[in-house]
Amino acid sequence: MKILVLISNVPDTTTKVRFTGDNTSFDDAGVQWIINPWDELALTRAMELKEAGGVDKITVANVGEKTTEPTLRKALAVGADDAIRVDVPARDAYFVARQLAEVAKDYDLILAGIEASDYNGNAVGGMLAEMLDFNSVSAVSGISIDGDKFTVNREIDGGSQLLSITGPLVAIVQKGIAKEPRIPAMRGIMMARKKPLNVVAAVDAHEKTSYVNYELPAPKAACKMVDEENAKELITLLHEEAKVL
Amino acid sequence: MPEVQYIHPDYFQVDELLSDEHILIRDSVRDWVNRRVKPIINEACQKHEFPLHLTKELGEIGAFGPYIPEKYGGAGLDQISYGLIMQELERGDSAIRSAASVQSSLVMYPIYKYGSEEQRRKYLPLLASGEKIGAFGLTEPNHGSDPGSMQTKFEDKGDHYLLNGAKMWITNSPIADVCVVWAKDEDKIVRGLLLEKGMQGFTAPETLNKWSLRASVTGELVFDNVKVPKENILPGVKGLKGPLSCLNSARYGIAWGVIGAACDCYDTALRYSLERKQFSRPIASFQLTQKKLSEMITEISKAQLLAWRLGTLRNNDKATAAQISMAKRNNVEIALKIARDSRQILGAMGITGDFPMMRHMMNLESVITYEGTHDIHLLITGMDITGINAFA
Ligand SMILES: Cc1cc2nc3c(=O)[nH]c(=O)nc-3n(C[C@H](O)[C@H](O)[C@H](O)COP(=O)(O)OP(=O)(O)OC[C@H]3O[C@@H](n4cnc5c(N)ncnc54)[C@H](O)[C@@H]3O)c2cc1C
Repeated sequence: MKILVLISNVPDTTTKVRFTGDNTSFDDAGVQWIINPWDELALTRAMELKEAGGVDKITVANVGEKTTEPTLRKALAVGADDAIRVDVPARDAYFVARQLAEVAKDYDLILAGIEASDYNGNAVGGMLAEMLDFNSVSAVSGISIDGDKFTVNREIDGGSQLLSITGPLVAIVQKGIAKEPRIPAMRGIMMARKKPLNVVAAVDAHEKTSYVNYELPAPKAACKMVDEENAKELITLLHEEAKVL
Repeated sequence: MPEVQYIHPDYFQVDELLSDEHILIRDSVRDWVNRRVKPIINEACQKHEFPLHLTKELGEIGAFGPYIPEKYGGAGLDQISYGLIMQELERGDSAIRSAASVQSSLVMYPIYKYGSEEQRRKYLPLLASGEKIGAFGLTEPNHGSDPGSMQTKFEDKGDHYLLNGAKMWITNSPIADVCVVWAKDEDKIVRGLLLEKGMQGFTAPETLNKWSLRASVTGELVFDNVKVPKENILPGVKGLKGPLSCLNSARYGIAWGVIGAACDCYDTALRYSLERKQFSRPIASFQLTQKKLSEMITEISKAQLLAWRLGTLRNNDKATAAQISMAKRNNVEIALKIARDSRQILGAMGITGDFPMMRHMMNLESVITYEGTHDIHLLITGMDITGINAFA
């Protein structure tokens, strides 16, 4: 069994977001990059599956330029066996899925994060399954290997659902898939130096979206404190200022 | 568990001097500290307890002997990596960094550098994994800054050595499985001996009542006619340069480590000063607060550059003991001042265990004394530039 984990390279959550080019693109100057948190959990689960036996290889894949390689190295340091980087800037979900489809064919299980914490697009996993004609399940919060099938747990409104599904499978995972992301150990970081990171050329594809304009959310208004005895004032404020009553 | 808020100050883009791998190493240890040290350290300190459960984890992440070659269980990393690991551990607490310093530089390093091949194979992998804890015995009750006058001594009894004497202020002593003990032979030459827990006549009582490094255990090593097998002597070194070379490695780690403590204090004070309002304005808007913060970031930037440069010299085997002394001295001093100033910025809040300053400040009082006192390091610089020894 071979597992592919999709790795998106996203700005650290503490990044101060700024735009350039008349607000048409994200300004990545000075930004710290991390593995998309959902992908990091997916990788952790892949490692657990491998340690439980029956998994021959874990590959991680990313669509991006050379600047994303530290993120892939980290995934290798955590324990992936090899990495693939499709050498092209990620444009939109369709474009990324199209590139991944070229390198993802031979895997039995593909783990995709439910979304990436940069654009929260929520689309690559599903598109990729469709392009590869693989089975796919979304909002997966648990997965295990059961012979030639996968047992998949999904969180649904008011409960959870247990599915048994055949591969090849794209599992689109969310929180709960693993407890905590693994921290690479120093020895893992050393070993990652020697693991293959294969750079492949992009295929011709056209994105389906274009970015017209970015906007930051309006700054938070000042917080008004109301005395706890003064419920009346609170109601007046909610009514007249916030206009929510 | 509340998420740890921390933005690492990097005013002079020192990160650009680091490799991607260095940054991965640093961030990995930072994540580990946020997850495993930050949530428990205040309580451990208040209770005056070493979080013993962390030793195996420190071994797992590779904080013990990171520059020791892989075949002995280390990670074979460079000196800057070692420094960065120390920096992140000390951002958690000087006690955790001390545990890693002692294990790496004062126990694994001499065994690697001066030990026989059997000694290396026997001890290094277990020390690297944290299964065994080490200690380093140089200081004695009557000989601190002047270790050359030590009284601990051993005699050759044919099939063994007989060791007598006592060491004091020894980090990890009560919990150590193996101790590198420096003692004089019959010709008054300092040699290194490997002592194991449980050897007859060897005891290691704890030193209680510390106001500093409360999350680290300190104690004595007492040798009352201890029979030490002959194969337990470190064959590769004679004289004071043995322990001093270990101290060079540990002091180098401290020069990095204390930057972590300083950054933790600065980052906390900066955030607090922007949120806390007095006279209807954030306290960060007052000039006196800005002066404190500006001086802190200036000193942190200087310390970062000094540590990086020293690491580069060490990677090329070019750093002198005097350069290490200067960096240790400078960086500990600025860290201690930053701990004090940042505590003031937090006002009364700053004295509580909810914030790290008071803890760092008290820890740094040990750090400014151990591994050569502040004044002794100054005299080392003085001797280096004038050629005149002002110690004795
Ligand atoms: C928490 C803690 C952990 C420690 N861990 C270890 C350990 O693991 N292993 C170990 O071997 N040691 C350890 N030490 C001991 C430490 O290294 C010594 O405390 C240190 O070397 C200073 O020695 P001293 O305390 O005897 O002070 P002293 O040498 O008595 O110095 C007292 C004062 O006199 C000054 N002084 C001394 N000589 C001179 C001089 N010639 N000129 C000017 N001023 C001078 C000093 O600067 C200092 O201010 C530890 C200490 C502490 C506090």
